[in-house]
Amino acid sequence: MSVLVDERTRVVVQGITGRDGSFHAKKMKEYGTKVVAGVTPGKGGTFVDGIPVFNSVIEAVEKEGANTSCIFVPAKFALDAIFEAGDSGVSLIVTITEGIPVIDMVKGVRYLEERGVRLIGPNCPGIISPGKSKVGIIPERFYKKGRVGIVSRSGTLTYEIASHITEAGYGESTAVGIGGDPVIGTKFVDMLELFRDDPETEAVVIIGEIGGSDEEDAARYIVETKFQKPVLGIIAGRTAPPGKKMGHAGAIITGGTGTAEEKIRAFKDAGVLVADIPEDVVKLLKEVLKG
Amino acid sequence: MKIHEYQAREFFIRYGIPTPVADVAKNKDEVYEIAKKIGKRVVIKAQVQVGGRGKAGGVKLANNPDEAREIGEKILNMEIKGIKVKRVLVMEAVDILKEFYIGIIVDRRTKRPVIMVSPAGGVDIEEVAKKTPEKIYKLTIDPLYGVLQHQARNLAQRLFDNVDFNFIIRTAEIIMRLYKLFIETDASIAEINPFVLTKNGELLAIDSKINFDDNALFRHPEYENLKDLTEDEKIEEDAKKAGLSFIKLSGNIGCVVNGAGLAMATMDVIKYFGGEPANFLDVGGSSNPEKVKNAMNILLKDKNVKSIWFNIFGGITRCDDIAKGLVEAMKGIEIKIPIVVRITGTNEELAKEIIKDSKLPIIFANTMSEGAKMAIKSIGGSNERSR
Repeated sequence: MSVLVDERTRVVVQGITGRDGSFHAKKMKEYGTKVVAGVTPGKGGTFVDGIPVFNSVIEAVEKEGANTSCIFVPAKFALDAIFEAGDSGVSLIVTITEGIPVIDMVKGVRYLEERGVRLIGPNCPGIISPGKSKVGIIPERFYKKGRVGIVSRSGTLTYEIASHITEAGYGESTAVGIGGDPVIGTKFVDMLELFRDDPETEAVVIIGEIGGSDEEDAARYIVETKFQKPVLGIIAGRTAPPGKKMGHAGAIITGGTGTAEEKIRAFKDAGVLVADIPEDVVKLLKEVLKG
Repeated sequence: MKIHEYQAREFFIRYGIPTPVADVAKNKDEVYEIAKKIGKRVVIKAQVQVGGRGKAGGVKLANNPDEAREIGEKILNMEIKGIKVKRVLVMEAVDILKEFYIGIIVDRRTKRPVIMVSPAGGVDIEEVAKKTPEKIYKLTIDPLYGVLQHQARNLAQRLFDNVDFNFIIRTAEIIMRLYKLFIETDASIAEINPFVLTKNGELLAIDSKINFDDNALFRHPEYENLKDLTEDEKIEEDAKKAGLSFIKLSGNIGCVVNGAGLAMATMDVIKYFGGEPANFLDVGGSSNPEKVKNAMNILLKDKNVKSIWFNIFGGITRCDDIAKGLVEAMKGIEIKIPIVVRITGTNEELAKEIIKDSKLPIIFANTMSEGAKMAIKSIGGSNERSR
């Protein structure tokens, strides 16, 4: 098992005729992901790398059995793409697009909640269940099928840490980048819930950063549900000055909440093993996973 | 994106939120003219985009136009938290009976807009939020319907005890207008603090604050004219135009990193081993050599930077692109500071060859810890943390 994506995942790529969409559709396909369709309104009937392109997501669902959408549509048009995917019958939407206005995401999340459709992102690298499927832009070479679940708000920092975990021989069950924006579809708590019930996942690594309260919420969830699997964490942005945006719109400290210190304390109080630097994550992992 | 109070006030007026008579002045004579026109006591308020200006002496009362000119001149010569005061807002002084707080933001936890009101408005609202959070009332808004009339009335009732219901209705209307402004202008915060009841029974927004969502600026090209950037912000803005996310810090180790999370972690690792990062710099996910060149140029201009550390984890980013940019940027300029490179991932070998072939004086590191230690050591710092 793994979570969110596996061999049954059938992907429709929204924005497949764009530069990023076409490039990553091809990469996903090469990895073995079942990329069954693409969508660009007005380009229906054409093909991208052998993948049939449709005018609407509904057609991709009806004709090719797509159950997951991966959105590369530019920020200006992303909300409409999310609405469309929400109405199409797919059960999972992974939005890679960065720079979507916050109020658009408020509306998009609200729309999908009502329809029971899960959203990952936006502004995220996507999901990989090594050996099974990847949806998004994660560079697969740093991942190998294994026992550790990873959930992160960032991209390259996750690749860095995943590569250590893979090198050490543990590998990953599923790794998810949930995105760095203030309003995102799926949070740490939601991922912990999924990893909890996944027999393949033996430990969970949370890669957090300053801003918001998702790490604190995750800590509370671990305590309240008496989470049984070992959880490891790291918080990026300890040295960030308050009130400054650090690239991710989400990584901003305001009014004394969401600081690295508060998050680290919350993690430690919940029994989460906290790494000071990225290389220490795998050291801590060795302590909790024997063999 | 931040704007000044006087600019936010214009938005308030456009949305029908009542504010006292006021105008903005750039020099003492303009202050005099405005005060004369208002014809009564005025408050002169420094226009700087930082908090705590009142406590810094940037908000003063003047009894007549002559006094206004004198005080205006004083404030226009001030620097508040390192920012020069270029303008003042000259506002009609009102007799305040009660001060309230009304603010709107998007709450990350509920993923919806939340309206906050408090009967304890004024300069100490952050203290109120910390010490007596029960005095701040929050209401989460369903974005599909916006704030409903009865919701706005219920919020308004939290502010007053024992007033004519007419005040509740007027306040509710102002709350609804502020929400409309928040949504339509793509604000990330819209705040009235203080919102006041005067002795004459007026309800007025004494201060106006709006920040805009940077991601939504494409919908509002006119906001470009509202920008008033400090020198540091200008450098950050220029970097942004070059596809870089840059923030200047106070240390001496410059860093060039791909990805925001890794860039923050890089700063943390420098600090962990006893160094001080000079900046946050993210060259982005799919970077090209040109971006790296621009990044180098920004860092080399900063006199505080004593060494530069490239920490690159090539995923989507190809390491050879970064290496090309680095070699290109160093061509023809004399580099007087040590450059440490830690580069791993996609096309790593190719990147290392490019750098070696260039014969540039570059120090290679294999891991993040090693990179940090080398960058610190290269400027004579001691870094051997016992671990």
